[in-house]
Parts: sequence; C-alpha cells; structure tokens
Amino acid sequence: MTSKKPLWDHDAHSLHDLFCEGAASAEEIVTSHLERIRSADSSVGAFLYVDEAGALEEARRQDRWSAVERRERPLAGVPVALKDNIVAQGMPTTAGSKILGEFRSPYDATVVVKLKQAGAMIVGKTNLDEFAMGSSTEHSALAETRNPWDVSRVPGGSSGGSAAAVAAQMVPLALGSDTGGSIRQPASYCGIVGMKPTYGRVSRYGLIAFASSLDQIGPMTRSIRDARLLYEVIKGADAHDSTALALGEERTVSQGPWRIGVPREYFGEGMEAGVRQVTEAALERLRSMGHELVEISLPHTPYAIAAYYLIAPAEASSNLSRYDGVRYGMRAEGRDLVTMYEKTRDEGFGAEVKRRILLGTHALSAGYYDAYYLTAQKVRTLIRQDFDYAFREVDFIVTPTTPDVAFRRGERDDDPIKMYLGDVYTVTANLAGIPGLSIPAGLADGLPVGLQWLAPRLGDLSLFDAAATLETQLEPMVWPMGVDE
Amino acid sequence: MNQYQVIVGLEVHVELKTATKLFCSCSAAFGGEPNTHTCPVCLGMPGVLPVINQEAIRLATRSALALNCTVRAVSKFDRKQYFYPDLPKAYQISQYDQPLGEYGWVTIRGADGAAKKIGVRRVHVEEDAGKLNHLGQRLGDATGSLVDLNRAGVPLIEIVSDPDLRSAEEARLYLTELRAVLSYLDISDLRMEEGSMRCDANVSLRPADFQGNLEDLPRVEIKNVNSIRNVQRGIEYEVARQRELLAAGERIVKETRGFDDATGKTYSQRSKEEANDYRYFPEPDLPPLVLDPQWIADMKRGLPALPDAIRANLIDRGMPEKDAEVLVLDREAYEYWQQATALFQDERLVTNWMLSDLSRLINARGESFANSRVRPEGLVALLGLIQSGTLSGRMAKEVLEAMFETGQSASQVVKDRGLSQITDASAIQSIVDQVLKDNPAVVQDYLSGKEKALAFLVGQVMKQTRGQAKPDLVNQLLKDSIQKDYAPSQD
Repeated sequence: MTSKKPLWDHDAHSLHDLFCEGAASAEEIVTSHLERIRSADSSVGAFLYVDEAGALEEARRQDRWSAVERRERPLAGVPVALKDNIVAQGMPTTAGSKILGEFRSPYDATVVVKLKQAGAMIVGKTNLDEFAMGSSTEHSALAETRNPWDVSRVPGGSSGGSAAAVAAQMVPLALGSDTGGSIRQPASYCGIVGMKPTYGRVSRYGLIAFASSLDQIGPMTRSIRDARLLYEVIKGADAHDSTALALGEERTVSQGPWRIGVPREYFGEGMEAGVRQVTEAALERLRSMGHELVEISLPHTPYAIAAYYLIAPAEASSNLSRYDGVRYGMRAEGRDLVTMYEKTRDEGFGAEVKRRILLGTHALSAGYYDAYYLTAQKVRTLIRQDFDYAFREVDFIVTPTTPDVAFRRGERDDDPIKMYLGDVYTVTANLAGIPGLSIPAGLADGLPVGLQWLAPRLGDLSLFDAAATLETQLEPMVWPMGVDE
Repeated sequence: MNQYQVIVGLEVHVELKTATKLFCSCSAAFGGEPNTHTCPVCLGMPGVLPVINQEAIRLATRSALALNCTVRAVSKFDRKQYFYPDLPKAYQISQYDQPLGEYGWVTIRGADGAAKKIGVRRVHVEEDAGKLNHLGQRLGDATGSLVDLNRAGVPLIEIVSDPDLRSAEEARLYLTELRAVLSYLDISDLRMEEGSMRCDANVSLRPADFQGNLEDLPRVEIKNVNSIRNVQRGIEYEVARQRELLAAGERIVKETRGFDDATGKTYSQRSKEEANDYRYFPEPDLPPLVLDPQWIADMKRGLPALPDAIRANLIDRGMPEKDAEVLVLDREAYEYWQQATALFQDERLVTNWMLSDLSRLINARGESFANSRVRPEGLVALLGLIQSGTLSGRMAKEVLEAMFETGQSASQVVKDRGLSQITDASAIQSIVDQVLKDNPAVVQDYLSGKEKALAFLVGQVMKQTRGQAKPDLVNQLLKDSIQKDYAPSQD
C-alpha cells in the first residue's frame, strides 16, 4: 500500500471498490485488519476468536478471482466479524458461556452461508453477554470487552464485542443479534450504526436462540450505506426457518418531507440530560430539513419492560434446556443422571443466565402461566397495536436509542433492574416485530449518543433511506481509536 | 361391599410412514446404525430450527378424518418440556390445546354383535424421542446408557380415546379396530413389536356411588405395552390388583406402571403424586398450522373404504360375519380377496380357499397375503381347474401346496405331476373290474347293505389311479359294475 490511509480505516463499500479495481488485494485487506485487531484488541477485548489462517486462506482464494467475479459478489474483499452466538462450520461457538465448552459447529448459519456467497471474509467471533442476556457484555463468562471511546466503560450489550470491533475499526462490518435492543444499544454506546430488521426478515437458523419470537440478526457498521449493504446480503426467506418471511413487498415511502412521530412516553424521566440534548438537536435538524415532527403516544410503553422480561426469559428457559451435558459442550460428572444435569448446568451457566432461566421457568409453571406468560402476550399485542395506530399517522418514529450513554464497568453489577430498565426504548420494536435502526447522532461529554428510527413491518429499507438523509447533515464521526490527526 | 366399574382410556402412538423426519430431512426409517439418521436439527444442536414435514401433516390429517375427527383449520404446536437423554432439545414439539383432530370415534363390536362407539378425544402430531440402550440387565443396575437418536424426530400421531372402555376385552376390540382403520390409510407400519404403534392404558375403578368427573378417579397408567394381547393382559391384571387393594380398604396410588410379559403383572415405575409440570407453551419457532378447509374436505373425500363400510358390504354379499371379520381386520387379505374376486365369479369358493388352505400355508410360514408366492391370479387359476372338474378338491390342495412351495402356476404343477383328473370312464373301468375281483368279501358286504364298504372300494380305485380318477365317476362305475356282475339275479 501507498501512504494513503490504512485499509482498516475504510468502510465496506470502499474496501470492495479497492478490491474490485485491483487497488488492494484481499490479502492486503485482511492483513491490515488482522494487524489492527492485534494492536487494538488488547485494550478493547472485542474478539473471542480470530481465525487468521482461515481469513488469509479465503483472501488468497479471492485474489485469484477476476474483476467480474469480484463485482458479482457484493462483499468480495470485505472482512466481517460474527457475534459468537452465530455458528460457522468448524469455528468454535461459545455464546459467551462456559457451557458450550469446546463446541465447534458442524454447520453454517444461514447468514454465514449468505455472507460466504457474497464474498465476505470471516475473521472471527466477537464477545457477548452469555447467551445474549445482558446490556453490557459484562455477563460474558469468557472475556471483558471495553468501550473504545473510554475503556473504563462498557461497550453495551449484548452485541458489545461486535460494536466495539466495528467502532475500533478492527472490522468494517459485524453481525449482531437483537432480542430487546442487543444490536441498537451497543451501537448507540459505541457510536456506530446498528439495525434490527423486521422479525422474520433475516433467517435465525444458526443463531443460538435466546428468545425465539424476539431474536433477529442484524448489521453493525460505521455507515448507513454499509448497514444497508450487509442487510441486503443477509435478508430473505429460508427453507430452514419457518418464521423467516418469504420476500414480501418492502414498504416504500415518498422522498419526503415525512411526518415523523415523537412518542411522548419516550421523553419522560430517566433520560440523561446529555442524551436529551443530542436527541433534541437531531430532531431540530430534521425539522429544519422540512420534515413534520408529530407528537404521538404509545400508551402501553410503561408495560413493555415487564412484558419483555416475562416473554424473553420464558422462551430462554426452554431454549437453554438443551445444554444438558449429554451430547456436546461441557459435562460435569455426577453419580447419576440428575446430578450430572444439575452440576453441568450449575457450573456451566453464569448468574444472569440462571436468573433468567428461573424467571422463565416460573412464568411457565402450572398455576402461573396465565398470570405471567399469557398476560405478557396480551400486553405484547397491545404494544403492537400502539405502533399500528401510530404508523397510520406518521411515516417514521424517532426516539433516543437509550436513556443514557455508556456506563462504567461494574456500575450496574448489583442492580439487574436498573440494567433491565435501560432497554426501555428498544424492547418495544422486538415485541412489535418492527425494524429499528440506531445511528450515531452526536456526543454527550465525549461519549456517543444514538438516535433510533422505527418503521412499520417491512419498512427496513425505508429506514436506511430516511436515516441516511440525516446522516449527511450531522458532523462526521471521528473514530475513537482512529488514525492520528 | 362396593361394586366397581372398570374405566379404561387408551393413548396410542403411531409412527407415520414418511420418508423423512417431522422437522428435518433425515431418514425416518426404522433401525440403522445408531445415530446415523441424524443431523444438527434432530440432534438439538445450538441454533437449529424445526421445519414442518408436509407429508406428515397429510398422513395425520387422513388418520384424524378416518377416525371421524373434526380437523382444525388452524392448529398449533407447543413445547412439552422435560429433561431426558433421549430428548435432545429437552422439549418435545407436540400439540397441546389445539390438536389437529378432535371429537372422533371408533366403533367396536362385542361378542354379542352390539356396536359401541368409543370416543376419540384427540389426534395430534408430535415428534418421537430417541432410544436409550442400557448397558446391563436392568435400568437399575445398568453401568451406563447409550443414546441412539435415529428415532428422535420421527413423526408420530397420538390418538387419545375417551375413558369409554369398560373392560380389557373392549380395549382389545378398540385397538384391533383402530389398527384395522389405520391399516387402510397407508400411514404407518403399525408394528407394535418395532414400536411403530405403542399403547399406554389408563385404568381406574369407579365405585358404584361415584358421581364425579372420571378424570378425578385415581388412575394408573400402564406404559408402552408391546402387543394388543399384552395390553389386554395388563389391564386384566391391573383391574384385579386394584379390586384387591380396594377390597382390603387401601387406596389406589396414581402412578405409572410397566407390564412384565413373562409374569403378566404390572409393576410400579414412578409415582405421579408429584405431577410432572411440562410447562407447555406455544412453539415460537413454528407459525400456526393453517389448513385450507377445501383441502381438508378433499382429503376426506379421498379416504379409502374403511372397515365399517367394507364389513357391511361383505355381509351384504352373503359372506358369513365371521369370515368378513377376518378379511376386514387383515387389509392385505382383503385386498387379495378383492383382486381374486375381480377375476373369479364364485366369491364363496375364493373366501373358503383363502381363509382355510391358503391361510394355513401363509401362517405356517409366517408370511402374509401381500408377499405370498401364490398371487390372486394363481389362486383363481387353481379354482378354475376345480370348477372345470380337472382337479378334485383333494388334488387341488396338493397343487396349492406345490404352488406355494415352488411358485409355479397351477397348470404347471398339474402337468409336471401328471395330476389331471381322469374323467374318461373307459380308462377307469379296467381298474374297477380288477378291484372288484380282488375284493370279493367287500363286495359281498356292500351287497348285504354295508354302504361303507363302497367307500373302501372307491379308495382302492383312487389309490391305483394315484388319486386322479374323478370320485363321483368311480362311485358310479363301481355301483354299476357290482350291479351288473355280482348282484344275485333277480329272476
């Protein structure tokens, strides 16, 4: 390479172009990112596993492709990281837990198949809260991940490793998963773009299930155009996932100006002043661009956290039952079957996972099912209806992604309720099944603040288009561990 | 002393005969090297998802309709959760509160011929579990267990009867009829010994003065009995055991019991006092199962003739009820009969030969009508030779045996063995003359009125003709010759 900016400082579009034009080889691109991981990840701790040999081998293979072969594959020459609850054949998968032990997947997740077909070079697996349960990545049983903006702070979670890897420019693209905000919240804390697609838009086959009716895989990137690119690669129906929608009509919207809904329930108490300031400035910018801001109400918002923390643990308690020490992963020996089960699960799961398994088991128990699980499902329906009504009036809804900025590591260790309440702006999109996009809107005391865009079901592409018009109006992001000025 | 009424309800699991499993594309075939019919989905690997097998739904729907159930246009799947090594996900995907079929019935007929409808409460679809092979003689002292997941995920239907059965005999009749109905649908191998049909029996005794809900009676579930006969034996034993306990003033414990084939006794497996909480909840990985009502109606119209209708038709045609019952309960025999009677007018002759001689040969060999070497066309050809007088009944039996052994046609056997019946009087006359000459005393016996003596003479002629002489002809020739040559003159 010449004296121009390092390859790791490019976004995916740019890398792909350089590769297609022959200005950079795939090997040079991968090598640059691997070096970046080596230098930056010691302080960030985003990766659980880096597949140097595999990525280099794939790069050398791609270097033999013709220009046409490169152009045919939208991610040719582009390194990608996977949250470590997405399986890739032959690679270890831990879900941030001890219980999977030395497990290596015998199969590729559908999104991994699609990434490979699109020419992406998978460089490794990123850290997460155990089984994606958490909002700080502190609940990983395996590693600590720090926020590249301030290493004393959390990167958010549960896709904290992917968010930190992208923000620290170790990869241009990463996949995360979002069950109650696990893509959007860490994206917000790390100042990147993170998007949760419409439920069913992206196959969950090969995503280690947390809460099946809420989980979605989505893109985490430094630009909206990259997020859109990655989304277009991974979306689509899948013969392996009965809940993945056949490619339906994407909702389209006019060029604008739009009616943008601002839900009053999302601007109440609990929002930090810095977040409020950045959000209001962004809203003001939208107004000045000619859009109409409309105050709306999503009246069942106050019940969302409660409903979410019944439904998600209930499904999780069932989904995590398979980790029993019988077929794969860790096994603690016991004198009989029941002791083996108990010891394996006791030693294999961390405290937060156990807390949620207990919550969920209780919520599904005979005599409690109606009061907890069934009631939560009814609330879920009401929340979905809130959005249905709102989207009759407005084209998009804009809210802060989180009520706060990245908090200090260890700060919420003893306060799970406070941790749960941080999900207040994001869980509703999962409960309603609608797409949500978090984009960096500015800084509060030097820490990023995310702005969340919501659209009706199947409005995924319109979200990118709409948010992109704002992106051009905002100060360009200066990456926290970026190239020295 | 209190009188008790026997209350029995049966849960029958039937493995559906699909090529692949219920939620993945692994082979659903019985057997195979352990863990070779497996993939990440049926092994319950992290990240896998179920995808419903449409063929299984089709077979389940046929079954539900054939059992007179109402099939739901919208049903759903649920997770039934418990830990066991043969259950990879630690939950079974089943149907809980919205089963595919409901409100059906099976008609049984007792020895007195009276028909009784036994309610079919529900028919639902679920996946099978794997198998554990215990190392050692019994589970109690096993040194270890090997898990084989070939069967995990094989599609099942569970057919739950109402508690309408009042005796072990009724349970036997119900199972026999149920199996017969299902056999006409081509949905399962229905082999109890291989586990493709399994039965659990719930047995309780109702005191004469009990007015409450039957479900509230303490009931014992006899699990996984491997033949209809043993279900009957198990219930008989259990009824006697419960009667004794009640007579002794003890109480029946709600529990699960196994059946020991060797002793004919049931034995306690686990107490249900602390009821399992399966924590059922809707399976979030599968959307509701939505069936087009038109498709359901088409499926119903497409059902084959079922035992009730077949039985009525056969009896209408003059078949004895007993024979009709035998044919109906063995679908292969009935289909054989249909093919044979399509080619041969005399239905009674077909029935008789099928249910006596051919049945005996088939049973002796452990074969079936479907794989017998004597095909319906072959049997019909044989019957034709009888009808034309070419073969006597006795000769025909010999020919049938040869056909059965060698697979040759009737005419081939007749030709090879020089077996055709001699119907030419002149060919037999010389033998008749010789026999009469050799047995003057017997002839005298006959003339003195001993009718039996003639039979001896017929036998002698038949012997010398190696059975090929037509018996009535021999009879006639003997009588004529005695009359002509030995009878005292009338003058």
